[in-house]
Amino acid sequence: MTAGSPPPAAPAATSPSEPARLVGEDATAALMLGDDALILSHRLAEWTGHAPALEEDVALANISLDLLGQARTLFSLVGNEDELAFLREERAFHNIQLVEQPNGDFAHTIARQLYFSVAQEIRWTAVAGSPDCPTPIRELAAKAVKETAYHRDHAWEWTLRLGDGTDESRTRMRRGIEVMWRHTGELFVPIPGLPLDEPALRAQWLTALETVLAAATLTLPEGPDADAWTAGGGRQGVHTESFGFLLAEMQHLHRSHPGATW
Amino acid sequence: MTTAPPAEQRSPGPSELERAFDAAVAAEERIEPRDWMPDAYRATLVRQIAQHAHSEIIGMQPEANWITRAPSLRRKAILIAKVQDEAGHGLYLYSAAETLGVSRDELLDKLHAGRQRYSSIFNYPTLTWADVGAIGWLVDGAAITNQVPLCRCSYGPYARAMVRICKEESFHQRQGYELLLALSHGTEAQHAMAQDAVDRWWWPSLMMFGPPDDRSAHSAQSMAWKIKRHSNDELRQRFVDICVPQAASLGLTLPDPDLRWNEQRGHHDFGAIDWDEFSQVLKGNGPCNEQRIDQRRRAHDDGAWVREAASAHAVKRRARATEPPGPPPAVSSPTPRHAPQNGATTT
Amino acid sequence: MTTHWPLWEVFVRSRRGLSHTHAGSLHAPDAEMALRNARDLYTRRGEGVSIWVVPAESVTASSPDEKDPFFEPSGDKTYRHPTFYAIPEGVKHL
Repeated sequence: MTAGSPPPAAPAATSPSEPARLVGEDATAALMLGDDALILSHRLAEWTGHAPALEEDVALANISLDLLGQARTLFSLVGNEDELAFLREERAFHNIQLVEQPNGDFAHTIARQLYFSVAQEIRWTAVAGSPDCPTPIRELAAKAVKETAYHRDHAWEWTLRLGDGTDESRTRMRRGIEVMWRHTGELFVPIPGLPLDEPALRAQWLTALETVLAAATLTLPEGPDADAWTAGGGRQGVHTESFGFLLAEMQHLHRSHPGATW
Repeated sequence: MTTAPPAEQRSPGPSELERAFDAAVAAEERIEPRDWMPDAYRATLVRQIAQHAHSEIIGMQPEANWITRAPSLRRKAILIAKVQDEAGHGLYLYSAAETLGVSRDELLDKLHAGRQRYSSIFNYPTLTWADVGAIGWLVDGAAITNQVPLCRCSYGPYARAMVRICKEESFHQRQGYELLLALSHGTEAQHAMAQDAVDRWWWPSLMMFGPPDDRSAHSAQSMAWKIKRHSNDELRQRFVDICVPQAASLGLTLPDPDLRWNEQRGHHDFGAIDWDEFSQVLKGNGPCNEQRIDQRRRAHDDGAWVREAASAHAVKRRARATEPPGPPPAVSSPTPRHAPQNGATTT
Repeated sequence: MTTHWPLWEVFVRSRRGLSHTHAGSLHAPDAEMALRNARDLYTRRGEGVSIWVVPAESVTASSPDEKDPFFEPSGDKTYRHPTFYAIPEGVKHL
């Protein structure tokens, strides 16, 4: 696949045992959601061995594994999961910029988790209940919504503790919330193939955030929720600088051995 | 139950207590946290369980190195789950140690200060992807050989933790073996990568069983107390015998020209282990000693403000206990709180 | 301020119809987090359908020293066991 190209318009050759592949907009939707899950899973896995408590090593790995599972299911609807993960160029990834943001300190990670998991739970719930969404994605959504509810709960509980903990944790959490905010504008940009009422989903998201942030003695940032200078964003394959490093690390071994089986 | 041991002063004389303890151990009964036990038994257990727990969490590092570079999504999921298990095993073991009256914080402080050890094997670097397989097959294999007898250890909480750990470890070893098998039967470069990893990890794995029996400081007493069930050399021999046919099935060789079947002994003979290397690594001169401890310390120090925040929040919450609870999640139902419905007495 | 997270005892019901049994312990800043940590630590492989967490300091245990006065008196009351009673052969449902 060349840089920046759209996802395949026709299904790759399928063997009889493989499920039917999504095409066109449906495939685009699966890729976008799959890329979100894959990249966030990768970032969370980076915490392994570095978390603030051993219990948190275990918790973050659990969330990472859930997301990786979602990505693999979504990729399998489009093509070969490893080709999609390891052989695409940066411009062909459609994840939103929020999920690729570096982990920063634990508060940055929790802020990213809060913004994303609340949105993802709302989205999966909507997809699962919408007859207009592609059936295989709806099936995934019905399963994923339970996993995501737990991710939201995890982010929620930590937001409360960091926001309403010590002065230092409050300062850090406020900063995390602010730094990640400008990457949230893409969360409810309409996804081709998923005809959902995005403004309504976003309203739900804002209400949920206001509730938890208020309980955590914090408030939603006031600045723009999308960077005016990104000339598009992750959904168009335009990413932030750190993403290239992430891909270089993730893809180098696979690409070093073309055609090998692992 | 993880309750601190009782005060030392007891009505019967120490000799009577000691006789009861010895009799319980001899009768294969388990010693439980609140039972009287000799101070040296307690100290030995604390040292061993702590070292074991530390090994699990330091052992996360060499493999976690490769999570972000795993060459397929399937392998990536397996590796994350595996390293996560190591954290879990560390937690089970710290819990077991805490039943002996030490806190996890205390043990971590000792690890960070270099006053308690972890298995030296984790001071070797993971240089290629195949190292993940070699660790699973050889290092976890050696660990299992060591640990299965610990499921019958005389100290109840340790034995119970080991039962849980051994159940989970078998997945670790199998995924490592399967990983190496794929490499060995893969491209020429992959096969070479697998062989190289086995060449580097074989001898350090044999060292995992500890010094030879005649030079092992703690062995005899631990055997008498039934903390340990087999000698270092016995377990090492068992491991070598298991590995030889497994290596053959992999299509890989073990880097020991002296390795051959001895019909008379009914075991494989193997070459001399470089105990000088072992003691150098043990002394802190291995390739990664400093970096492993540094990372552990950094994670702990960088996380201090998070742990403090959670503690501070808990204090605030207790103070507000009379006020209504926090807001419910805005979307879907909240995660159910599994409060006991019928009172804990039904347990 | 203390950063020492208290110890919690974890009880897991492995499936419906069984009672909660002691699975182990863990550290957490409060009960809510203890539940979540317990879920992640003790039910990674589908080992449970329900969890209790109890502050370890809230557990009152019988002392091993009191083993004899506590448990021995019940040892000689064999009439509490069904096998104590001789029933003529052929009598059913007893």
